[in-house]
Amino acid sequence: MTTQSLIDRQSIIVLSLLAATAVLVPVLNTVAPPGSALHLSDYLVPLLGKYLCFALLALSVDLIWGFCGILSLGHGAFFALGGYAMGMYLMRQIGSRGVYADPILPDFMVFLNWRELPWFWHGFDWFPIAALMVIAAPGLLAFIFGWFAFRSRVTGVYLSIITQAMTFALMLAFFRNDMGFGGNNGLTDFKEILGFPIQSGSTRIVLFVLSTVALAAGYLLCKWIVNSKLGKVLVAVRDAESRTRFLGYRVEIYKLAVFTLSAMIAGVAGALYVPQVGIINPSEFAPANSIEVVIWVAVGGRGTLAGAILGALVVNAGKTWFTGALPEFWLFALGGLFVFVTLLMPRGILGGGTDLWAKVRRSRTRHAPGGLPYAAE
Amino acid sequence: MIILRHLLAAFAVLIGMASSAFAGVYEDALPKFAADSYAETDAAISAVAGSGHPLSLKVVEAVRDGRLLVSSGQIIIREPSGNLISAVTGQAFGPTPSGLKPVRINNRVRRAIEAALGSLTLLSSDPAARLQAARAVFRSRDETALPNLETAITQETDANVKGALQIARAAVLLGASGTSTADRLKAVEALQARGDQDALALLSTLPVGVQPEVADAAGKAVESIRSRLAFWNALQNVWYGISLGSVLLLAAIGLAITFGTMGVINMAHGEMVMLGAYTTFVVQEAIRTYAPELFGISLFLSLPLAFVVAGAVGILIERTVIRFLYGRPLETLLATWGLSLILQQTVRTIFGPTNREVGTPAWMSGALEIGGLSLTYNRIAIVIFAFAAFATLLLVMRYTSLGLYMRAVTQNRRMAGSMGIRTNRIDALAFGLGSGVAGIAGVALSQIDNVSPNLGQSYIIDSFMVVVFGGVGNLWGTLVGAMTLGIANKFLEPYAGAVLGKIVLLVAIILFIQRRPRGLFALRGRAVEA
Repeated sequence: MTTQSLIDRQSIIVLSLLAATAVLVPVLNTVAPPGSALHLSDYLVPLLGKYLCFALLALSVDLIWGFCGILSLGHGAFFALGGYAMGMYLMRQIGSRGVYADPILPDFMVFLNWRELPWFWHGFDWFPIAALMVIAAPGLLAFIFGWFAFRSRVTGVYLSIITQAMTFALMLAFFRNDMGFGGNNGLTDFKEILGFPIQSGSTRIVLFVLSTVALAAGYLLCKWIVNSKLGKVLVAVRDAESRTRFLGYRVEIYKLAVFTLSAMIAGVAGALYVPQVGIINPSEFAPANSIEVVIWVAVGGRGTLAGAILGALVVNAGKTWFTGALPEFWLFALGGLFVFVTLLMPRGILGGGTDLWAKVRRSRTRHAPGGLPYAAE
Repeated sequence: MIILRHLLAAFAVLIGMASSAFAGVYEDALPKFAADSYAETDAAISAVAGSGHPLSLKVVEAVRDGRLLVSSGQIIIREPSGNLISAVTGQAFGPTPSGLKPVRINNRVRRAIEAALGSLTLLSSDPAARLQAARAVFRSRDETALPNLETAITQETDANVKGALQIARAAVLLGASGTSTADRLKAVEALQARGDQDALALLSTLPVGVQPEVADAAGKAVESIRSRLAFWNALQNVWYGISLGSVLLLAAIGLAITFGTMGVINMAHGEMVMLGAYTTFVVQEAIRTYAPELFGISLFLSLPLAFVVAGAVGILIERTVIRFLYGRPLETLLATWGLSLILQQTVRTIFGPTNREVGTPAWMSGALEIGGLSLTYNRIAIVIFAFAAFATLLLVMRYTSLGLYMRAVTQNRRMAGSMGIRTNRIDALAFGLGSGVAGIAGVALSQIDNVSPNLGQSYIIDSFMVVVFGGVGNLWGTLVGAMTLGIANKFLEPYAGAVLGKIVLLVAIILFIQRRPRGLFALRGRAVEA
């Protein structure tokens, strides 16, 4: 097996599309006059930014599911943890502008009659700490969880179920007021980020551009991993775990590493998501959300990276359209999508397209002399 | 006519004799009401209550309701009907005197009234009123009620009321100042025998200056009551746990069959439960419209229908979706999740998003009291039903050819196929059976949970936990898993709260799976890895 170059045709397409988006969206939003056909209205910028965060989350799921065969039904938990870390920073930035005007305590703590800040809230007023926690909190959870799970060889549907139990337990925990994360309402009413007002158009554009950059970086990181020797081992684990173990690889260490990294990427996605939507609450931990992420990946094409991005964008655009136009049909559409993709399109849009392309090429080469009509895969 | 007059005369003489027998206490107490002092009123009420005079109950009730009137030294009762009668004779009072003023009461007087009424109604002819009175005396511990109590105890025929009276007497005796040591010890004994929270409170707050041996006995009694209460409390928790466990068992047992036989995760399993619950709703609606007299057996009619409906949907799902996904368990998981969304939305579209009212037949309401336990009938019915369903399923697996084939396929699919078992057909039937069982679980759950399109969602994670914990391919594992989780949950709740208890349990299961990745009762052998 040859190592592919990091910048292949797929990467060039993905990166140039992302670059174009990063330039076009701000330009269409600010330069094009309101009312013109080209103008991108203000509410669309954070919406598109949200899609990009979801795409990054889908990318992190594709890395473990598509290349290592770990179906996590709890990746929303890592996303939400990153989001909460960012939300805690944003809460501390409100300062005395909250309803109760307490310079230290966020509103919900004043409301609960708390006297002082819980220990785990210290340091979150300083951005580098918060940024570190965005990566560290999901990473640590994934590391501990994966350490136990992979070492004792919990695989397949069992792993899927306990990841689901994990995110469900976290959801219940974050719903509790005593946890100190705002309970039911979560964290919201943010004022500014790094001194810039969070509602203003320019901040939103910067956040949008940052999301594209993060997505591009995440894509390149994943691409680099799957093209490296590590990536080859991961694929080997996916296809024949026992055989890989017998060949001498410490399978659990590979799995643990890629699982932790994937959780960190999901955390970054969550951190970028929160300032753009302006709220984080425990419903982000809902098991249903995490399962939905998996279907984004499946729709786009599992194990293709670019497909995860495509799937997240397509499904979420569809969701926005459906919930606006035919709200009662969205669940039919989503449910149908799950069934349709798994039954008829197991390789997703991108994989299906590639197959089709290969078939076309094959039928051409069949007529050419010396061609291999049915190459073994 | 003459006879009547004679009778009346005799009656008047009798009354006169009766009142003269009690002459003194009652008559002496009455003028105190005219003093317009709370302390005097208080004393008067106690005296009247202890006098045994036939009018005393009327007087005390009149004070309570502000109907005891005073006018220049005369004490007059205004009857609820508005008539005025003399408090001394009970005869109708002539012309309304001027300057009638009700006797005023404050909280202290109210307490006295409460105690006096308790003691007075002890002799009432209505057993329920007597029981109430005994409880009131137990709470007030009014010494003046003692004579009435003694009389009441000797007259009492109802064992229940008699017990309450004796407890009340024990409470009074314990608190009274002049009680002998022997009586106090007896009182402690009686209270210990009662052994509830009230007795506990009484025994732990003894009056000052009580004899040391009584204090000793009371201390021991407190200990014994505490351990008794703890025991009943634990038993009640076990019951709640069994009740929750049987709900989990019902929800999970069908899942165990499909997961065990086919190795696929049916995420739409919760929706099968929901379909069963909605079937019950539809059946009940139909019965209400066409045959209201059958309402009592609506649940029995719903059971087979729910089994058929959910089972048919299950077979349909298996034939149209799942059979194309064999060997790809993760994809099956996703596809069934999609199906669950579709089923939920379908039900929401047909029946609306709000909760639907499923009635409880009369025979299922109420509760059974055993010792310190209170078991509601609907929970008892569900526990019995869950175990019956479990036993039936166990028999099906053990003694029918379908069960035999299913066990064979569970153990080694290819070998079973080689022996001539049509594994495809067994899969479809197993899926239908699992779904049908989920449907009848829905009938049971409609009695204790809201019937809404989200009904299934709330059980799916718990059911998975049960199956994963108990192990696949063994129904006993599911039983042990469900009961363990149910009881553990109910024992954690008092210490950690409902939500935290559940979190602790989830984390415990996640850790447990690390130790035993295939559950408590794992299938052994090469086949499971295939």
